[in-house]
Amino acid sequence: MAIEIRLPSLAPSIEEVTLVRWLKKPGDAVKAGDVIAAVETDKALVDLEASDEGLIGQLFVEAGAKVKVGAVIAVLVKPGEAVPQGPANQAVTVALTQPAALAVAPAPAMPESASAPAATGNGRVLASPLARRLASQAALDLSALRGSGPNGRIVKRDVEAARLAGADAAPASRTAGLAAEYEDIEHSAMRRTIAQRLSAAKQQVPHFYLTIDCELDALIQLRSKFNEAVPAGRLSVNDFIVKAVAQAMGQVPAVNASWTEAAIRRYKQVDIAVAVATPGGLITPILRDVATKSLGVISTEIKALAELGKAGKLLPHQYQGGSFTISNLGMYGVREFSAIINPPQACILAIGAAEQRAVVKDGHLAVASVMSCTLSADHRVVDGAVGAEFLAAFKVAIQNPFALLF
Amino acid sequence: MAQEKFDLVVIGGGPGGYVAAIRAAQLGMGVALVEREHLGGICLNWGCIPTKALLRSAEIYDHLQHAGEFGLSAGNTGFDLVKIVQRSRQVAAQLNAGVRHLLKKNKVKVFEGRARLAGKGCVDVEIGTLTQGLTADHIILATGARARSVAPIAPDGKLVWSYKEAMTPAALPESLLVFGSGAIGIEFASFYRTFGVDVTVIEMLERVLPAEDEEISALARKAFEKQGIKFFTSARVKALGKLTDGIVASVEVAGRDIELRAGRAIAAVGIVGNVENLGLEKTRVRVENTHIVTDPWCATAEPGVYAIGDVAAAPWLAHKASHEGILCVEKIAGVKDVHALDRSRIAGCIYARPQIASIGLSESGARALGHSVRVGRFPFKGNGKAIALGEPEGLVKTVFDEKTGELLGAHMIGPEVTELIQGYALAKTLETTEAELMHSVFPHPTLSEAMHEATLAAFGRAIHV
Repeated sequence: MAIEIRLPSLAPSIEEVTLVRWLKKPGDAVKAGDVIAAVETDKALVDLEASDEGLIGQLFVEAGAKVKVGAVIAVLVKPGEAVPQGPANQAVTVALTQPAALAVAPAPAMPESASAPAATGNGRVLASPLARRLASQAALDLSALRGSGPNGRIVKRDVEAARLAGADAAPASRTAGLAAEYEDIEHSAMRRTIAQRLSAAKQQVPHFYLTIDCELDALIQLRSKFNEAVPAGRLSVNDFIVKAVAQAMGQVPAVNASWTEAAIRRYKQVDIAVAVATPGGLITPILRDVATKSLGVISTEIKALAELGKAGKLLPHQYQGGSFTISNLGMYGVREFSAIINPPQACILAIGAAEQRAVVKDGHLAVASVMSCTLSADHRVVDGAVGAEFLAAFKVAIQNPFALLF
Repeated sequence: MAQEKFDLVVIGGGPGGYVAAIRAAQLGMGVALVEREHLGGICLNWGCIPTKALLRSAEIYDHLQHAGEFGLSAGNTGFDLVKIVQRSRQVAAQLNAGVRHLLKKNKVKVFEGRARLAGKGCVDVEIGTLTQGLTADHIILATGARARSVAPIAPDGKLVWSYKEAMTPAALPESLLVFGSGAIGIEFASFYRTFGVDVTVIEMLERVLPAEDEEISALARKAFEKQGIKFFTSARVKALGKLTDGIVASVEVAGRDIELRAGRAIAAVGIVGNVENLGLEKTRVRVENTHIVTDPWCATAEPGVYAIGDVAAAPWLAHKASHEGILCVEKIAGVKDVHALDRSRIAGCIYARPQIASIGLSESGARALGHSVRVGRFPFKGNGKAIALGEPEGLVKTVFDEKTGELLGAHMIGPEVTELIQGYALAKTLETTEAELMHSVFPHPTLSEAMHEATLAAFGRAIHV
């Protein structure tokens, strides 16, 4: 009698796992305790062990597939016993793939990867290295090509055929025809720095994102009164935001920090970088010790730094360091966005446009100026709750702007 | 006799025919194989294998001559030609029995006789005085080839040898003329020279090993000349005089006539396909220059009749014949994923001392086809293993397409290169670019490191030069 192997319950909360790889193949002998597969939960890689002995008759799940707890993933048979063609109870095997694809071959078993057709499964395109290079040189999309090699592998002749076909069919419409019509703009030192730093940040820093909506009506009202009263020292919404960030950082000092290999470095002073777009690219001048500065001083310093930045005259100490960046694209009408952290900082706050939105107040529909702000945080330094706490403090500061005047 | 019915009849039991028969049997066909002489064909009985046995004796003998360089004393070294030839014949006999066993194991019915096509789907086999009729839907012609015989250097079996006599000498001649400097001529030249025969090679074209890359061919000539082999290129034998125990050849070398005397001569000036007495006249099978014309799937113009190996188109190599046998049968059986032969992926090997191996386009061939190329060279004297072996002579040369990084060709001369070339054959079949070859980790210390370096060298990145 064939014995079905079902995915056991790994933890009460886990309903589904990914079967990462099979460690046994059809025909392999297993005994109780042998590891037959590796599965991945949201937290860990777990080895699956056999609880009976026999020969692996058939695998019903392909590596990479999601499997529900209780689903039949394989069947054990005794030597000489017929192999069932599929799990007995299909109802519990929702995520299973076609068993036929993995059926035991009568001849020596082929490795699974060799029998998988290129077109199916995980989206990987089978192509020779040469075919890949030729396709990239001709700006052809490999996934759109049919492979004529073993197992449908795309080989040189397929790419060449596609290139010829493309050239014949529509010389101007294919990207291939356009490939030559471009201009290479040499990298500036600034562009290289941006590329290198942001690539490293996005690859190495575990970002997470929190978005909060802040109502701005009070702030806008206060600002227009202030600007009427003091035309010489006009304040921007951004000045308020910088001040509000400083205030929130004072309340949640855990965000004012950096990851280092040895320790989390907590800063004693609040230094905030403000992203400024310049013709050459992005630069982030630093406003020092913002917590101790008034709105007026903040406003003046930002204007001065931005001008220096646009003129390319910032000195290194004026843009290096800082523990927090504010990036504001609200003036472009961007509703919300997620920014990349600028290491070694732990946070960056992305400010969207203030726009009139329908909100519900006390059970009634109302109109309010709302601004969506997204915090990107380095999870090594700032946990979700800490980030949320910071955003809540920021929201209070923005929505109660009088406190920012002092 | 009653006609016997099969799915497939293979005519010829060489490396093309017997492999085709076994593959067909694996695919469930009923298969008959007709062989007129020896299972295993020329390759196994009178070609590749027995010459390798002879050359192995030559190689060991040569090592013994240089034992002192390795701190060894080999005392009074010598050789017994009769035993060397005997060993070579035993090796062939052993493999011949192996093929017989394999055919039996795969239930291929072997008919030992002469086959000819006798109408659609019919083959008559002459076995002694009897004729056995066979019928089959598919007939594969794998009859091979034989040495080309041209006046005035046609082999007579006594003074002018073909490969057969050259492989089974009763005694060593004092001197030897070799007509033709292709793989066969050079291997015999190398064998006889190692045992002290005064060897002169006459080549009609302007360089020795004319099929190889120019640079390799020049290096080969230099290496052979160092061993004492003499060469005449752009040379044509105008007349051959036969003495009681020797020959006198009148040779025109670059417009000048010279006279060469030798004990024996070997004619190795190419091959002709065995297309006679097969009953092809009554079929649509087309023969050009003694070879049968086929499509990429080895099908001839006559439906149901196929041709593989030496009787079909070049290159005339055993491994090409076997591969054609397999693809032809698989195509007949409707196996998916059968691919036509890509001749640029077939390596050629010469087992002389030094060895020579190559695949794909030569540097000049690549340029002639309009490739702009990157060429890498790595000499074995930069390779630790070659130095440790005491064989630091030789070169690995790679030819890459500059734009795409495709490995267009590879050419090697030196120690064990015939065993190394398969690495580049895999690279070509898998369509790797220079990047994958560079990323591959070659074990140290091995001769194969020179293949890695020759790839790096093509891109200005070789470490050990």
